[in-house]
Formats: sequence, C-alpha cells, structure tokens
Amino acid sequence: MASFIQLVVSGLATGAIYALVAVGFTLLWQTSQTINFAQGEFVMLPAFFILASMNAGAPFWLACLIGVALSILVLGVMFKFIVVDPMLKHGVLPLVISTIALAILLKETVKDFYSSQAQPFPALVPASDLHVFGAVVSTQSLAVLAVAIVTVVALHLALNKTRLGRMMQATAQNSTLAQILGVPVRRMVLYTFLVNAVLVAIASILISPIYLAKFTNGETLGMAAFLAAIIGGFNQVRGAILGGFILGVLDNLSAAYISSQYRGAFPLLILIVVILLRPQGLVGRVEERTV
Amino acid sequence: MFRTGLFTAAVAAALGSAGGAFAQSTATTVYMPAVLELSGSGAVSGTNFRDGMVMAVEEINAKGGILGRKIDMPLLDTQSEAGIARSQVQKVLDNKPYVVLGPVFSGSVLTAMLLTQQAEIPELVGGEASAITQKNNPYVFRTSFGQQFSMPKIANYFRDGLKAKTVAVLWVNNDFGKGGRDNFVKEMASRNIKVVGDVSTEAGQADFSADVVKIKAANADAIFVYTNEEESARFLREAKKQGLKTPLIGETTLLGQKVIDLSEGAANGVKGHVGLTVDAPNQAVKDFAERFKKRFNYVCDHNGIKGYTGIYFIKHVTEKIGKFDSKAFSEAAHGITITPAQEPGILMEATWDKNGDIDRESFLGEVVDGKQKIIEVLPKLGIK
Amino acid sequence: MNRAGAFAVGAAAVFAVVLPFFLKPFGIYLISLWAVLTVAAIGLNLTLGYAGQVSLAQGAFVGIGAYVVALLTQAGLPYPLAFLAAGALCFAIGWLLGYPALRVQHHYLAFVTLAFTTLVFLFLRNEEWLTGGIYGINAIARPTLLGWSTGKALDFYFFCLGTLGVLALATWWMLRSPWGRAFVALRENPIRALSLGLDTRRYTLMAFAFGSSLGGLSGALFAPLVQFIEPSSFGLGRSFDLLLMVIVGGSGYFFGPFVGALISVLLPEWLRVTEGYYLIVYAAMVMVLMAFCPSGVIGLVERAAKAVTRWRSGKPALRPESTSP
Repeated sequence: MASFIQLVVSGLATGAIYALVAVGFTLLWQTSQTINFAQGEFVMLPAFFILASMNAGAPFWLACLIGVALSILVLGVMFKFIVVDPMLKHGVLPLVISTIALAILLKETVKDFYSSQAQPFPALVPASDLHVFGAVVSTQSLAVLAVAIVTVVALHLALNKTRLGRMMQATAQNSTLAQILGVPVRRMVLYTFLVNAVLVAIASILISPIYLAKFTNGETLGMAAFLAAIIGGFNQVRGAILGGFILGVLDNLSAAYISSQYRGAFPLLILIVVILLRPQGLVGRVEERTV
Repeated sequence: MFRTGLFTAAVAAALGSAGGAFAQSTATTVYMPAVLELSGSGAVSGTNFRDGMVMAVEEINAKGGILGRKIDMPLLDTQSEAGIARSQVQKVLDNKPYVVLGPVFSGSVLTAMLLTQQAEIPELVGGEASAITQKNNPYVFRTSFGQQFSMPKIANYFRDGLKAKTVAVLWVNNDFGKGGRDNFVKEMASRNIKVVGDVSTEAGQADFSADVVKIKAANADAIFVYTNEEESARFLREAKKQGLKTPLIGETTLLGQKVIDLSEGAANGVKGHVGLTVDAPNQAVKDFAERFKKRFNYVCDHNGIKGYTGIYFIKHVTEKIGKFDSKAFSEAAHGITITPAQEPGILMEATWDKNGDIDRESFLGEVVDGKQKIIEVLPKLGIK
Repeated sequence: MNRAGAFAVGAAAVFAVVLPFFLKPFGIYLISLWAVLTVAAIGLNLTLGYAGQVSLAQGAFVGIGAYVVALLTQAGLPYPLAFLAAGALCFAIGWLLGYPALRVQHHYLAFVTLAFTTLVFLFLRNEEWLTGGIYGINAIARPTLLGWSTGKALDFYFFCLGTLGVLALATWWMLRSPWGRAFVALRENPIRALSLGLDTRRYTLMAFAFGSSLGGLSGALFAPLVQFIEPSSFGLGRSFDLLLMVIVGGSGYFFGPFVGALISVLLPEWLRVTEGYYLIVYAAMVMVLMAFCPSGVIGLVERAAKAVTRWRSGKPALRPESTSP
C-alpha cells in the first residue's frame, strides 16, 4: 500500500510539471489557433538563459529575473511578431510546420552554442525529503505542485474576474465578434504570448533542478504538454491541469504494475480513446465546428 | 523552359558537390576520416570520442605526423542514425582512406562494418556490443571492452565479492543498455545467481519513482544499474529518497565523476567495475585528463579516452609495419600488445586479439565522499 | 500539364537515368535514397496535399513495410511477394486506422497519428522475438529479380528509380480518374463537395489508405537499400522529415514530393560547409520558406514564372494573394 501511495504522490508531482507546461500550450491554442510544437523547447530554453547569466557573473536571483525577461522578449514578443504573425495569414498548417522547425532550431542552437551535456541547475527550494502518508516526496516536487496550483488559480481568477481576462476569453472564443465589440484583439493575443512566456520561464526554473538542464528536455516535456492538454480538455485551463496530473499518475502506475517497456504506450492509448470518443477532452467544452 | 533549366542546374550543382571535392591521401598527408555521432541521441558519446581523437591527432601532427605524413581527419556526422552512418562510410570509402574511425553506436558500427569489410579497410570503433567482434571481420578493432568481456568481470564480482544469490537489473532501453542487460543476465545464469528483478527504463526518463518501487519490491541481494549518465544520477537520487538500502553496482558510467556530481551525494556507496576512467590510479591517464580539460574545457568520459588511445594504436601499428598498407595493418594489429613504454599515448598497456577485441587491466571502484576510489585493480583477462 | 511542364519532366527523367554514371557509389546511394523517400512523400502528399489531412504516421508505415520485407525475405519468401505484402498490409492498417481517426478534425488527426507512430515504434522495439528488438535486423539482402541481381549500387538505383516511376505513374493515373478528381474537390471546398453528394469520408479514407500503402512500399525499398533497419529509424523523426519534405517541396503539387525529397536528402551535403550547424540552417530556411511561400518550392517557382510572364507581357503586377494551404 505504501508503494501505491508513493507512486501516486510522485505521479502528482511529475504531473504538476506537465500541467504547468500544458497550460501555456492551451492558452496559445485557444486564443490564436497556434499549435506550438515547440512548447517543450520553450520550457528548456529559459534555464539556459539563466545559466548563461550566471556564467557571466550574475547571482542566481538576478539571473532568474534576466531569464524571465529574456523569455518574455524572445519566446513572447519575438515569437509572436517574427514567427506567428507572418504565418497566421497563410493558415494553421504553415504555422505548425514553423513551430516544428523552431523546435529543431532552439534545440540545436543550445546544443551547439552552450553544451550537449546535462547541466546541474540550482534549486529555488532547498532539496530535502518529507514523509507524507508513508511516501517520500521531495520539497522541490512540493514546490512545483504549489506553484502549479497557485498559477492555475491566479490564471482562472484573472481570466474570469478581471476585465482584461474577459477580453482575452472573448478573443479566444470569437475574435471577429470581439473585434466588433471593441476588444483590442491584437493586443489580447500579444498578452497571451507574454503570459505563456512567463509560464514557461517559471516552469523552467522549477523543473531544471530535478530534470537537469539539457537540450533534449524539450522532447519529453513537449509531448507531455500535448497529451495533457488534449486529454484534459484543451479549451479549459483546468483541463490542462487535470490532464497533467492524470498523465503523471498514469505513467507511474502503468510502469510499476503493468509493463515498464510499454510505459509510454498507456498515455498514448488514452489519447487515442479520448480523441475518438470525447474530442473536447475530459473537462473541455464542446467546440462548434467552424465552417 | 526557364524553370527546367534553373532546376536542372541546381540539381547538377548539388549532386556534383555531393560526389566530389573531398580529401584523399596525398604525399604529405594520410586520410583517416572519422564518422561519428555528432548530433542526435549519441551526440555526447560521439563528441567525446571526437575530442579525444582530435587531441591525439594534434599531438602527433605537431611532432611530424606518422611516418612523416600528417593525419588528415575530416569529421562526418551520422546524426546517430545507422542509415546515415552507412552512407557516410560509403562516402569516405569512395576516397580510399587508410583507416576509418568510428562510429560509436553499436547499431551504426554493425551496418558500417559490412562496407569496410568489403572494401578491406580497417575500422576503429567505439561500440561495445558483443556482436561487433563476432562477425568474422578481420578489419574491425575496438577501443574498449566489448560487453562480452566487461560483463564476466562484473559477474565475478557479484559472485565472489558480494556473494549475492539474487540480483535485480535496471537498464536503459537502447542497444547499449539492452546489450549490457542481455550479457549480464547470461553471466548470472551461468553462475547460478537468480535474476529476481528486470526493470527497463527509457533514455531521457526523468521520473524513477516507479522503477525504484519495483526494484525495492524485488528484494534482491544486489542491484546492477546500467543506464546513461543523467538517468543514473536521477535514479540514484530517487533511490536515496525512497531509502533503498541494497548495494548498487554499476559499470563505468555509474561511478563516473559526472554522475557523482549530478546526483549530489546520492552516489556515495555505489560500487562497480570501471573500464576506462580519467580517475584511474595511473599517472599517464591523469596527465591526459588534465590536458584534455585544458584544451576542451570539460571533463571527458571514457569515450574520450577511447578516441585518444585509438589514434595512438593506429600510429604504433603503422610505424611497426613501416608503410600505409591497410591489409598489412590488419595483420600486424591482431595479437599486438602495446605498452606505455613503447608508446606513451596508449596510456595503459593493451592487447588486441584475433577478433579485434581489446584486453586491458581494469578496476573495481567505489564512490566515497563524492569521489571515485579505486579499491582493486583487475588484471588483463589474458586473451590472445 | 502544359508543354513547358512536360518538357521539364522529360528532361528531368533523362537526367535521372544518365546522372548515376557520373557519380561515385556514395552519390548513387544518395539518389537511390531520394527515389525511395519520394515514394513515401508521394503517399503523404495524397493525404496532406490533396485530401488536406495532417498525418504523422507515414514514418511508421515506412517502418512496417521495411520490417515486413526484411522478415519475409530472410524467411525465404521471394522479394516481389514480400514487396506486395508490405503494400497490402500497410493499406489495410491505413484503412483501419483511418476509419475512426478521420472522424476528427484536422489538428486532432495529427495527434492520433503521432500516437500511432510512437506505439508502432514501441512495438518494434519491445517485441524482440519478432522484430529483433532494439538491435534491428542486419544484413538484409538486395533482391534478384528474374535473374538480374540488384546488389551493386548502380543496379539497385535503377531498381528504385523504376519502381518510383511505376508508382508515380499509378498515382498520376489515379488522380486523373474520377476518384482523383474527387480528392481535389475535397481540398478546395469540402462543403461544396458534400453538397454535391460526395461521401467525403470515404474518399479521404481511400486517400489515406493508398498513401499509407505507398509508405509501406517505400519501406520495402528502404530495407534492401540500407541493408540494416532498426526501430528508431521509423519513429516521429522520420514522420516529421517526410512532412517537411512534402511541405517544402509544395504540398498538393504532383511533383512537390520529388523536389522536397531531393532537398531533404541533398541539403546536408550542400550545407557541409557549415560544419554540423546545418540542422540550424535547415530549420531557419524552413521557417523563412513558410513565411514567404507556404506552397513550397514549386509554389515559389510558379510565382516566379507568373511574375516573369506578367512582366514580359507588360501587365501591371498583381497584388500578392494569400495562398491557402
């Protein structure tokens, strides 16, 4: 029984990481029809901004701020104006291809210009272990869990209780109508990109001490983001969180109790089942088919 | 019309450049191309191997080269894919190399070997899969132990040193990990030690909680851990966290300094067999490690040592036969023993047998206080 | 196809036959690889360019075809039978996969096919008793057909080229048929096609299944070309490669796959001067291409040709039109 609890607890901790990455992915998709195949690399990159700043002499706290700022600049502003805007008028598919290419670009750039080896990354929270219900969980994992929950709540409040948030939601649901109603749609979309950039930077700072900073981190995280977003329901931020947790716990349970060689298969099977039977995800709203 | 012309011209230019304009041996240089994993999943091993070789080549060329000719070692990237490895080896064979260097990945080595054997060109490889030297290829030479040699040494330690009756094995699911696990299980069977736990993990895996739970449940006397570096570090941390007390035994990687650093204290107490390591109690190796760190700004892993000693192996055999003859090289290399007195670049005495396998002394190590300590020196197996 | 186009194709065909005699074995290997991958790209182009569905499964189909051929020929079956078996099996799997999967909207199909590819990879890797597992299958022989041994580079190239020609012709014929015209109608205006009574799903399913079988046939050629296959060659990486090939070449154009495959195979060679940074350059180039001309290289050439025609005939320049994918 103790080991079952251990698996669930560890799974939730990992799931919180997936959830953080999935939230930003979901936001981008909702507001601007951007399916960002480079989301995993977006989480990988800020850690290297921070490490580079520290190599240049900055203390950790300053490096983190620089990392977040660079993330906003590069992954938010530059991404939107240089990559997304020119592509979007050609349709969704060229943008998808571009984000695939962007993922390769970011990965190879880090590998060639920084290092191909895994780098240790300083932790925000000192690493120690707590015993919870007979299972052991690290304080770092708890920190990730806490931040993920706080982020979701904050986002939920911001989107639903503030005027800005409601304007962003309007843009997501029907941008033409929103524009007619006077919502500054282009600005709202920009804000979404900035929010995503901040989220991935935070995720990066939290994840890198555990995962170690490596150029290949984006691959697994990106895949996890897509799975979590779709399984949970990509048009609700709650969906991304739920999807992340389900993914984390499922991965652990299937690896321990069913098969470690096929551990990757179970989330994929769930994905296929969800897409075929309930494409809006577990908690998502049904989308009208746009003609 | 214009479209056709433009297009045809472009294609012709492309294919022209694909086929030609490449190095060959000249009167003052000898062409020894390196085909390595410089990108993709094998990038770390490939770049380490490359840098070890590059350092050796620079040293040798600074002293005039081999038999008066400088080494010309262009680098080609296999992108860690066997198909591309094959095509790159095909490309270099078109230009008549003296010796082909690499690849490191066993799958790529096996497919490249088909070509080099046909062309009768020696190939110096970094792969460790046992199959490589079991194909009756007189032209393949290893730079480190094949798994069929390292695993018996480890198995002996399990039987004699640990007196284990049951073991569990944790391995990474790629050809490196699976090959090691298969060899290990075979050796356990022949020593009547029961394998009670068999846990596979994925390359790049970050969460090891399920694997530690499974391994704990197996209740073995000792655990053999055979994964790549970051995964080893993450596993060790999770094992410490969940209070796994069973002895953890590894092979070179698990006791490497990189893993020790990344696992932040969780590696203490780990023991294992160490084939090639910059931490060997050997002054020549230590000096090499220093020079490498100064030249490339990082600490090399065993692939760097493989590359470095491999080049000196080629130099020594070539000087022995006195000419650049690929077939004569093969004949002379089988059965040769090179000592550091004869050739300092070889760092440790090594023998190559009739299959191209290498025999060297190796070590049993333990991680004590964040550093690798050698507790026993294991002699050469004495193969011919 | 107009006269200039026909001339271009004819010239390229002659070129393809004559060129290998001037190349070293490595060059011949490259163009053989081009021919093999073009087959898979043509298949993906049917699904993506004509039927308008994003599929990330083509890499898996190439893998299934390769393994079928490798296993059957090593078990003693003659190559032509194994070849057909590969195509038939992939057609069937494509049909079965497409039947439920094509009910969902475009971007979802990408994820279903992504999951499928990864599942196939896991199967190929884990079921060692059948597939050789992670170690792959080595020493795959090149076939001997009616006494003609394709062992040597030049012979095998002509075998690949010939097969490509036959399959391309078959696809061309299919697209000109009433079936084919329906495919094109689907992409241009799915609502109108529906209103005209076309069973869109059935046509899309056929496209997907046929495209998948072409993937399998590509794999059937791939195995004896490289003579060694392993699961990691047929995962998502391969699917993305093929997707990029079709898009970069020009999706929806018949010759798009030919151009895209050529660029993909040759680019590492062209960019050799960048010493290992070529992936960065390739990725950047793809992004730039997508920004300026999402209809790919052929689209680019077409625009250039149109611009030249307009300039020659003195007409004023057109306003740039947005090209739909």
